[in-house]
Amino acid sequence: MVHQELRLTGSGGQGLILAGIILAEAALYDGLNVVQSQSYGPEARGGASKAEVIISSKEINYPKVIKCDLMLALTQTACDKYVDSIKPKGILVVDKSISNIPIREDITIYVVPIIETARNSLGYPMVSNVIALGTIYELTKIVSKTSLEKAICNRIPRGTEELNLKALEEGYNLIRNHKEECIGYGCRFN
Amino acid sequence: MPSQLVKEYFRTENLPHIWCPGCGNGIVTRAIVKAIDNLGLNKDEVCVVSGIGCSSRASGYLDFNTIHTTHGRALAFATGIKLAKPNLKVIVITGDGDASAIGGNHLIHAARRNIDITTIVFNNNTYGMTGGQYSPTTPTGDKGTTAPFGNIDMNFDLCELAKAAGATYVSRSTIFTANMLIKQVENGIKNNGFSFIEALTICPTYYGRKNRKGEAVDMMVYLKENAINIAAYDKLPKEQREGKFVIGEIYKSKRPEYTEEYQKIIDSFSEGV
Amino acid sequence: MVDKNIKLMQGNEACVEAAIVAGMKFYAGYPITPSTEIAELSAEKLPRVGGRFIQMEDEIASISAVIGASIAGVKSMTATSGPGFSLKQEGIGYAVITETPCVIVNVQRGGPSTGMPTAPGQGDIMQARWGTHGDHSIIALYPWSVKEIYHTTIKAFNLSEKYRTPVLLLLDEVIGHMRESIELPKEDEIEIYNRKKPTCPPEEYKPYKVKEGDIVPEMAGFGEGYRFHVTGLTHDETGFPSNNGNIAENLIKRLVSKIEDNKDDIVEIDEYLLDDAEIAIVAFGSTARSAKSAVDILREEGIKVGLFRPITIWPFADKQLIELSKKVSRLVVVEMNLGQYYLAVDRVASKHTKVEKFGRVSGELITPQEIVDYIKEV
Repeated sequence: MVHQELRLTGSGGQGLILAGIILAEAALYDGLNVVQSQSYGPEARGGASKAEVIISSKEINYPKVIKCDLMLALTQTACDKYVDSIKPKGILVVDKSISNIPIREDITIYVVPIIETARNSLGYPMVSNVIALGTIYELTKIVSKTSLEKAICNRIPRGTEELNLKALEEGYNLIRNHKEECIGYGCRFN
Repeated sequence: MPSQLVKEYFRTENLPHIWCPGCGNGIVTRAIVKAIDNLGLNKDEVCVVSGIGCSSRASGYLDFNTIHTTHGRALAFATGIKLAKPNLKVIVITGDGDASAIGGNHLIHAARRNIDITTIVFNNNTYGMTGGQYSPTTPTGDKGTTAPFGNIDMNFDLCELAKAAGATYVSRSTIFTANMLIKQVENGIKNNGFSFIEALTICPTYYGRKNRKGEAVDMMVYLKENAINIAAYDKLPKEQREGKFVIGEIYKSKRPEYTEEYQKIIDSFSEGV
Repeated sequence: MVDKNIKLMQGNEACVEAAIVAGMKFYAGYPITPSTEIAELSAEKLPRVGGRFIQMEDEIASISAVIGASIAGVKSMTATSGPGFSLKQEGIGYAVITETPCVIVNVQRGGPSTGMPTAPGQGDIMQARWGTHGDHSIIALYPWSVKEIYHTTIKAFNLSEKYRTPVLLLLDEVIGHMRESIELPKEDEIEIYNRKKPTCPPEEYKPYKVKEGDIVPEMAGFGEGYRFHVTGLTHDETGFPSNNGNIAENLIKRLVSKIEDNKDDIVEIDEYLLDDAEIAIVAFGSTARSAKSAVDILREEGIKVGLFRPITIWPFADKQLIELSKKVSRLVVVEMNLGQYYLAVDRVASKHTKVEKFGRVSGELITPQEIVDYIKEV
């Protein structure tokens, strides 16, 4: 049985809601049940943004994440606000720009340079969300690679496929390359 | 015996109307019907939309597609009708309170869109249906039941308002100059865009009595003596303009019409198919 | 890989897709969170199917334009949220008395007033019933999933055409904004009802006369050769105003009974594990999803709980609820307000069972665990 609750957090304008939609659509292509939702403040840019995805082989009733299996945090504010919602043994992916890494011994924390890679390696800060999806894929394999790539191409502006698929690849690599640098639960017992 | 015009265009079974003796609304209503007759419009393609108030009762007496809507909203209903069925000739009958107080927002936006609707405001300077309260066109200092010590508001110049908001045909006439009014309604209907016609009418029962304006005839005489055609008004020295008001075709222009512009969007998709 | 017709869709988007399938050709609206996607998507889609969209100057203008378009013969819809729903009450009353079909969507948020624009609420349940002044009946539907939003939107249009009445489609921020998978039905699987038009010669047409065997009067559109009058005043069969007390009484009673007497056709409910239930939860919209999860949790613990979910909120499912109240020892009404639907349930069910309310107005969806805890504690 598959049942995963994921929370993608950061600030408005980082494309996290789109990332949530892409992840949900990929799961749908895989034939799984899915609910994607978000909460947001009055700001279109900035503020705290949160996209949620529940992927399950069972019917999903309650549509919101209660305790997440995986959380992504691209900003310090979002990280601090939502870190307690991660299940014990859950995964936290934080962007390297976050200076105060939360202290939780019961989860696995990956600190990865998502925003930096988008800006420096790819030259497009706006693909941070797709890089993040690559990291999530690599850590969870919750959706198939083909479905994820198809969902990305379905939801991004036409003409940016190559860039986005490259960003996805960068995301996979970030986890592969930083696996040794993780903190917490999973690292000790791996 | 009703005249040929009444027989042809009025729902005679609904007459007599509710208007008071001396009320000017009948003259304005007849002017509208006469203009429609002069233009030879097909009754099935004419839609008359009215709001709430004395003047807005006119729609029920007229043999067209007619709708008596809610207070102030005639233009909003009319916008829906016109956009849904652009082939209809949509005429809005409204009063000064209906059009410029509760419906003021709808008026400026219908004008801004330049949607092909002809609006005739029956301006009697008061809320007649509710018993003579002051309206946005009650002159400053005049009385109403809710302005027992005189109205301290500045009154609206409705034509200037309509012009500024984007109407492409703006005119004013009075019930004394009924032939001019008929011609204006004709020209308003012919204008492919938002037309605004202010018909100055009289309410001897409330506004007249409250302000000691005399009988209906006295009020008609007042309209006659103080209305000045726009061409003459422009030449008049400033000191002689005091207390006078302009009648005539105040403003005409051409701008894209709303439903035609929307049709272009629809056509852009059907052409592609 | 799944079927092409299965899509990931937002609730508000499903509403627009379904409205177009149902025959919507006119939309007038005003931007308001959390319903705005419905206006945006209507603007995008309508001209492609020969329909028309207009952003009006305010909420009242929107409902007015929608009614005007419908009287001109075009199926029409508007969408709003709390503050806009308050403003639209004037037009809803006009649509009721003039028997004008139209669909009004209210994506509920926290209130009163501006309240919590981006948070869900269910505080408009009673406003949906009694928001406009005067005696009247109303149809209000409340789906709970993206898939059901699709089907219920079509049903809203069908009921509005069949009963010549405004139909309220209640959503809430949660179901309006969430995305789920939906399998779009094929066109031939969808039943569409269109208003009955007159066939008599125009001189014989009485716009408010109900023919023998019909539920509502036949409805001509403006410009179709029937020159008729529409008014918000009480009117007789000819459509012209009347102050006659008997005519007014008959009109208002007919407007109410055309809905209340046809509950068997209009009222739709969903039941979950009620057959052997000792406790029943009554919930709708997003809250019902929490309630269903709560039922599953409680069942696992051996507590016999079921869910009664009205999809038709109004007219009220009194027959079904009275029946249910005779079978269970507790009826718990769970809603994101402080007890609105509870009042209606309590009125019919308290004779037979204990009726309780459990609600919250914090702008957050009630969680399954909260419901579980409540049911176990009390």
